[in-house]
This record gives sequence, C-alpha cells and structure tokens, in this order.
Amino acid sequence: MGKYVCGICGYVYDPEVGDPEAGIGEGVPFERLPEDWVCPLCGAAKDEFTPE
Amino acid sequence: MQNTFKAVRVTEDVWWVGAIDWNIRDFHGYQTMRGSTYNAYLILADSITLIDTVKAPFREEMMARIASVVDPGKIEYIVSNHSEMDHSGSLPEVIAAVNPKKVFASTVGVKTLTELFPLDRKITAVQDGETLSLGNRSLTFLETRMLHWPDSMFAYLNEEQLLFSQDAFGMHLASLERFADECDPAILAYEAATYYANIILPYSPLVLKLIERVTAAGLSFRIIAPDHGPIWRKEIVGIIGSYAKWAAQKPEAKAVVVYATMWHSTEKMARAVSEGLAAGGLGVKLLSMDEVHRSDVVYELLGAGALAVGSPTLNNHLLPNMADILTYLKGLKPRNLIGAAFGSYGWSGEAVKEIEDILAEMKVEKAGEGIRVKNVPDAEVLTRCYELGKTMAEKVRSRL
Repeated sequence: MGKYVCGICGYVYDPEVGDPEAGIGEGVPFERLPEDWVCPLCGAAKDEFTPE
Repeated sequence: MQNTFKAVRVTEDVWWVGAIDWNIRDFHGYQTMRGSTYNAYLILADSITLIDTVKAPFREEMMARIASVVDPGKIEYIVSNHSEMDHSGSLPEVIAAVNPKKVFASTVGVKTLTELFPLDRKITAVQDGETLSLGNRSLTFLETRMLHWPDSMFAYLNEEQLLFSQDAFGMHLASLERFADECDPAILAYEAATYYANIILPYSPLVLKLIERVTAAGLSFRIIAPDHGPIWRKEIVGIIGSYAKWAAQKPEAKAVVVYATMWHSTEKMARAVSEGLAAGGLGVKLLSMDEVHRSDVVYELLGAGALAVGSPTLNNHLLPNMADILTYLKGLKPRNLIGAAFGSYGWSGEAVKEIEDILAEMKVEKAGEGIRVKNVPDAEVLTRCYELGKTMAEKVRSRL
C-alpha cells in the first residue's frame, strides 16, 4: 500500500494511519477511499493526489 | 513634490517599504477594527531584493518608500512569499516599473501568480530549503504550505537571522510604529491572537510541525518580519510561544455561548446555560450574534473548552446570523471542544437539530441532548439549560 501526496498542500495520505477524523481507519489503501473523500488539510478532491 | 513616504530601517541592510491601510475594517469577513499594514521589505544587498509587494491601491506608497532609499530600477530580484492579492496585487505593475532580473516564488506560488495575473514574464520557482545568493547576503526559502495558502513560504536572511514570515506572526494593526516593542503590549496581545484565530487556526497542526522543524534545524531568529503589522525584534520567543500554545488548542477552563434570538426566549436559555457553565467552574463569554461580530466569537473561542450554540427556528431553519457564524467556525476548525445546542421555536423547531449536525461535523463532542422549547422557556426548561451548562463544565474540567 503506497502513500499519496496532495498536489495542492503537500499532505501525505498514509494508509497505515488512515484518516481517523474522517472515519477512515488504519489499513485503508488510497484507492479504496470513498470518492467524496477530501484532503483533510486543504479540502482538495481525491484526483489532486499522486503516488508519493 | 517632496516625497513624504519614507522607508524605515529594520537592520543594517533591510528596510521596511510597505504601506499603511488605516481604513480597512473588513478582511473577507474578519473585522479589522485597527486597520492594517501591507509589509514589503527591501534588502540592500549586492543584488537588491524586494520581498513581497502591497495591495494594488497602495503601490505608489510602496514605490515612494523604496525611492526614498534606492532607485527602484536597481532592484534585481523580487520574492513573492505569498500570492494573496494584499501582497501580490501590485506585482505586475511593479515588475513592469522595475524590470527585475528575476522574480521568485514557491512552486505552487508560481502557479497561483500565473493564474491570478497576466504576467508577461516567467516566475522562477524556488524549492524548499534552496538558498539564493544576493552576493554579500543569502536568502534561504522554507515552504510553509497551507500557512495559510498552498503557495506560502518563508524567506530567511541568513546573515541577519531575519525571517520574512509572510502572514505568520502578523496582525492587522495600522500604525506608524514599525516595531512591536514600540506598541502597546495589550493591543499586540489581542491583535496577534485574533489574527491567529481568524486566519491561522485551521492550520494549527502545521504550525506545530513547523515549530518542530525550525527547532530541529536549530534556526534562530533575531528578527521576524511579517507581512502585516509590526516587526518583532524583542519578543521573538514570546510570539513563537504564543503560536505553539494556540496551535496546541489545549482546552482551558473557559466556555463560549453563542446565540441569536427573535423574541428573547433563546436568549433566556443562553443566560441559563451560561449560569450553569459558571457554576461548574468555567469562565464564560456570552455572545449574541445580533450584537457581536463573528471574528470576536472566534477570538473568544481560542483556548475555550466548551461551545454552546443557541438559535430559534425561523421558517424551519437556523437564524441566518447563526448560519453565518457556524459556517465561519466550521472552516476555522477549532478543536477539543465540548458542545451543546439549544433554542426555542414556534411550531416546527428544526434549528437545534441543524446546530447539532454542524457541531458533529466540526468534531465537537456532544455534552448532552440539545434542548428545544416551544415558544417560551419555563422554570423547568431553564433549570435543564442550567444543568446542561453544568454538565458541559464538568466534562471540560475532567479534560484539564
């Protein structure tokens, strides 16, 4: 499972951590995040992210 | 005509050449009762460098201050630390007037500036950690994405240990005093805090990381020169310490009750909740959105442990001024709050549920069920409001 970087603000989604504030637990790969998931830092959509 | 706008010396080689906006009272929704300044800085190194510019209508003031110390045509480099228009609005005209050798911005800054303005020249991207030689001086750039825009960066003048921090450590305060140590400390404390609350708060986790990074790198600052308000040269440890404290958002024994009212019923409930919060041992700020500005609510919320929100129901919804403050708060992402909702209604009463949904979205921990009352609260309802306040206070105190 790879990390993904937000192209707007540089936030890194780490599947080993998930996004607890959005209810995303540990171990969820980026590809399986809901389509309406947004960057927890700047609010950018999923398609702004690229593999680290 | 003699030029009355002068540059102000900051160090041996650095001059303040910004502009003073005595009249601005609104910054996209943040009330700025003391006006502001747009700070630009001139480094008189071998390669003369301008750090940031000013809001478009203030260009002549900045150019006059520059001309008081050097021919503006001698500026070789312009650095844009932050693309927002209060610091870049005059950039296209300044570039045209000065014709610098190069203009620098962060990688995202290059993109943003190009999208904002029809620039007829290439902006050069600088990388995080890159150092630019100015001949006898050097500038190191530090990306600070989302503090508070994606393009934001700091520039550090190595030889002077001077940090150009763009909006960070700034405040909206118009004054002819250029240094913080020349200003009233009480005004500085208030303006720096309300600036943090209204601008920087959502990015608090990044502030903590940045402070960690700067500490680990062993950078020390003799001067912090922000893009708004006075320059820090004495209270550096103090302002960095304040940022660390505000960013940590550790709850204190303080509660904010914010409400609006139509016929004083919700107001009575707000008063009862406040009494309960105080009886539970918290300091309380009771703020009516019919009277206060949204920026004051955010200021009071800095360091608070509890937020109680009240609204009557108007045409099946929240009162518009409550939607205003809640939308504003949602974006500013205050953390570590205990919350509750209350409100009166005439026939349907949706507002309390609407508030609870917004509080949940804001990750505010619910202290208890919201209190709704039809028309006017009686003694029993007011006692429940009082008890709700006490419960909130207990929950906050258990976290201290």
